[in-house]
Amino acid sequence: MLLLLILFPLAVALLALLLPWYQARSWLLPVSGALHLLMAGVTVAGPGHAPSPWIALDALSSLVLIVTSLLYFGCAVYAVGYLDLRRDRGNKTIVPCLLVFLSAMTLAIAARHLGLLWMAVEATTLASAPLIYYNRNRLSIEATWKYLLLCSVGIALALLGILFIAYAALAGGGMPATLQLDTLLAGATQLSRPWLHAGYVFLLVGFGTKMGLAPLHSWKPDAYGEAPGMVGALLAGGLTSVAFLAILRAVQLMTAAGDGAMARQALLGMGLLSLLIAAIFMVRQPDIKRLLAYSSVEHMGILAIGVGIGGLATFGAMLHLVNNALTKGCLFLSAGNIQRAYDSKRLSKVHGALATLPISGSIFLAGFLAITGSPPFGLFMSEFTILRGIFGSGQTWIGLLMVLLLAMVFIGMGATVLTATQGEPVKLESAYKDNFLLVISPLLFLLLVLLLGVYLPEPLQNALREAAALLEVQL
Amino acid sequence: MIIRLFLHLALLLLFAPLLQGVITRTKALFAGRVGAPLLQPYYDLARLWRKGFVFSRTTTWVFLAGPLVGLVVPLLASLLIPFGALPAPISFEGDLVLFVYLFALSRFFTVAAALDTGSSFEGMGAAREVTFSCLAEPTLLFALLVLARLSDGLSLGTLLGSHLLPAWHSDAGASLGLILVSLFLVLLVENSRIPFDDPNTHLELTMIHEVMILDHSGPALGMILYGAALKMMVMGALLVRLALPWQTGWWLSDALLFLAGLTGLAVLIGVIESIMARLRLPRVPQVLVGTMLLSIFALVLVLR
Amino acid sequence: MLELTNPLLLAVILINFYTLGSARLVACVRVVALQGALLALLPLLSHGFTFHAMVLAAEAFCFKGVVIPWLLLRAIHRVRIRREMEPIVGFVPTLILGVLTTVGAFLFADLLPLAPEHHDGMFVPTALATMFSGFLLLITRRKAITQILGYLMLENGIFIFAVLLSAAMPFMVEAGILLDLLVGVFVMGIVVNQISREFSTLNTERLTALKE
Repeated sequence: MLLLLILFPLAVALLALLLPWYQARSWLLPVSGALHLLMAGVTVAGPGHAPSPWIALDALSSLVLIVTSLLYFGCAVYAVGYLDLRRDRGNKTIVPCLLVFLSAMTLAIAARHLGLLWMAVEATTLASAPLIYYNRNRLSIEATWKYLLLCSVGIALALLGILFIAYAALAGGGMPATLQLDTLLAGATQLSRPWLHAGYVFLLVGFGTKMGLAPLHSWKPDAYGEAPGMVGALLAGGLTSVAFLAILRAVQLMTAAGDGAMARQALLGMGLLSLLIAAIFMVRQPDIKRLLAYSSVEHMGILAIGVGIGGLATFGAMLHLVNNALTKGCLFLSAGNIQRAYDSKRLSKVHGALATLPISGSIFLAGFLAITGSPPFGLFMSEFTILRGIFGSGQTWIGLLMVLLLAMVFIGMGATVLTATQGEPVKLESAYKDNFLLVISPLLFLLLVLLLGVYLPEPLQNALREAAALLEVQL
Repeated sequence: MIIRLFLHLALLLLFAPLLQGVITRTKALFAGRVGAPLLQPYYDLARLWRKGFVFSRTTTWVFLAGPLVGLVVPLLASLLIPFGALPAPISFEGDLVLFVYLFALSRFFTVAAALDTGSSFEGMGAAREVTFSCLAEPTLLFALLVLARLSDGLSLGTLLGSHLLPAWHSDAGASLGLILVSLFLVLLVENSRIPFDDPNTHLELTMIHEVMILDHSGPALGMILYGAALKMMVMGALLVRLALPWQTGWWLSDALLFLAGLTGLAVLIGVIESIMARLRLPRVPQVLVGTMLLSIFALVLVLR
Repeated sequence: MLELTNPLLLAVILINFYTLGSARLVACVRVVALQGALLALLPLLSHGFTFHAMVLAAEAFCFKGVVIPWLLLRAIHRVRIRREMEPIVGFVPTLILGVLTTVGAFLFADLLPLAPEHHDGMFVPTALATMFSGFLLLITRRKAITQILGYLMLENGIFIFAVLLSAAMPFMVEAGILLDLLVGVFVMGIVVNQISREFSTLNTERLTALKE
């Protein structure tokens, strides 16, 4: 079933290459997205099979799988409306690439062998490069080139880290060199420490580049800024979660070997740096999509801080993963609508969105409130839980710093978003009209986040708790 | 001892111009011509000796000192280096430094003689020659250092002794290969061969070595040509011994092996002159620095 | 078998030096192709002629030695550039840096806590040296194609290290890695072509419009 989940989007991609009808190709996306979500739900809820050494689902990967699949489905529904608007660009490349991207992400989520994980993450980089280049102008080439080169080099370093971990198994004596995650976790105490630490550092740097943690985030504003809205949503919500999962595997390994504290310190440091840099760059940001990119850096920082503190904060980080993915989906899609309507994403052109585009504008505004952690949205609950965890573990200064930076982010982001949504309405030159397909997904994501803020259903709570438990110290 | 000295000098003095002849013949054969006879350099030297001197009025005694030193230095240097398996007549600790700096001495006097004429072409050639030799000298020293590390001695005789053959087969073989290539490039630079300098060019602006000897004539020119041939043979001796480390025990077969090696080297130089073009002048320092780095790397490999 | 791997690894290091000092793009691509082909022989020489090693060698030779260079040469041909510009640091300083980092790699590798069978070998230092050289190329060069070559060299260095661990890397994973590399270079080649079309140059210093 899991294998089917990974292979069937590839088959649909092949079908998309062969189909000659534009609309049919676009509709392949939501159909495959729905099937993927259904199958994912069945696999996760169903009885666990015998774990294969290659692909299997544990609590962490089940969570990320459901979130990613849901996000993809929403973006796929949006895609039909969006591609209808962009007939001039064609969809012969974007549809197969999106499907290959889904397949690669699923493989990365389910991988139990570190080499397979690496392969899948690299495949996502390669599949997403044409997606970023969709607009085919100077700026997107620049963004695509930087994305491709930086992420490829980062992932090459991650490969080195993976090899170091295999060498840790070899040099530690007592176990053969292996990259199978379960074997490594079982024999973790026998791994040679210097090699394990070196491997962890390289894995953190490599997958941290993919995730967008500072100081390895420099490709994010360019890539998210130039990519179409739904691509940005998938990258910001889905791919970052997958990269975070890869880092969590490394943390799992370090924890099993007994060096969890050191692993967490590194994550905490990078998380705080990300939050700081995001806060600084969000002030006076004139481009709404780059603003969202820095917001993504900020939230990756919060995720890293959550796992870095441990305990209750890890539970908060898991909840935050879910909330962040959905809210980013909502924000990027509505920002995409605004950009289509105004034919620009800079504040010099975009203002008065609430008046000219009532639905998209208000979704964008509500999304801003959600992403900065206002109650009653879900992110408030997750950030609050993380802060409780921080203060509970006695790290008061870090907690205060985080609160201060979150406030800075709120102010900075607010300035830009309010300028875009309020103000003098401008006469739109494009023929854009908010239609059903373009707004249903962001609206539904927003409502889901609102729901999660008010009520956390029991099965989800259990799933989050199990996921957090995998990362905790097994003394 | 005296016999060894005579043998050494005889080999050197008789055989050196033949190398030039072999190079010219190889180039001619490559070009599809028959070419000058192999003994042409000897005829040239004899012809030049019969002519008279022509001195410029701006020159001093330095002008004549250049060719003289250029003739005497390779003779002295040849006494320090073993010819193939034939041991060197004079050998003491540290003579490899003397070997390198004897050539520096001859270069100094050549350059001084060139500057003495007051011609701008010659000054230009002198500047180029000195720059290139500046970059080639460290390579030579590093290569000798590698050999010294492998043999635990500081005399050229010990450096090129009988331990070379097993050294080639051991781990140090890679380093020896690298310094062989570096030394070959140093040979090409010091003797003004392609790809660093074209010995057949007649355009003064493109010359490096020939332009420095433009003003000499008659026996002085003969001394310079003979000295250049001797220098090529002496430096070639270093290479040949490194490349062909075998020895029999009998002096005749050793000498023949050595001469065969030198002829092979001359043919190789001729082939390279025929197939390669000369490097652009700004590229020459880059290539020389690359060669130096290669020899440094060989040293690191050996020191490990 | 060890005696044959050492000259091979030495050749790999010499190729690093050549690429660092050379400005001719076509020569650099060919020489990196040669490096890939030499590295394809490495698993055979160090692990013997097992099925796994032979398949890996054939695959690495195909991809690194034939297909990827062909893609790059095609990109160069379409874009019609032949020479690299003076790098940010200069050719000779880059070469000196490359040699220094290689020497450093040799010294550093002696300090690492390696498994006993890998001590005093040339695998780990060569891997480190090749990775550094790849990084140097990536950082100091201006033309996009040379940056891709730097990335390839980095991957070559990682490959050398991976050969030491081929027990841990099952055939399917290695195949996947090489396939990723291939598709990566393919996509990069396409992007390079588009860059050249838009900007009429491959000088990546012109890609500076996106700021802040």
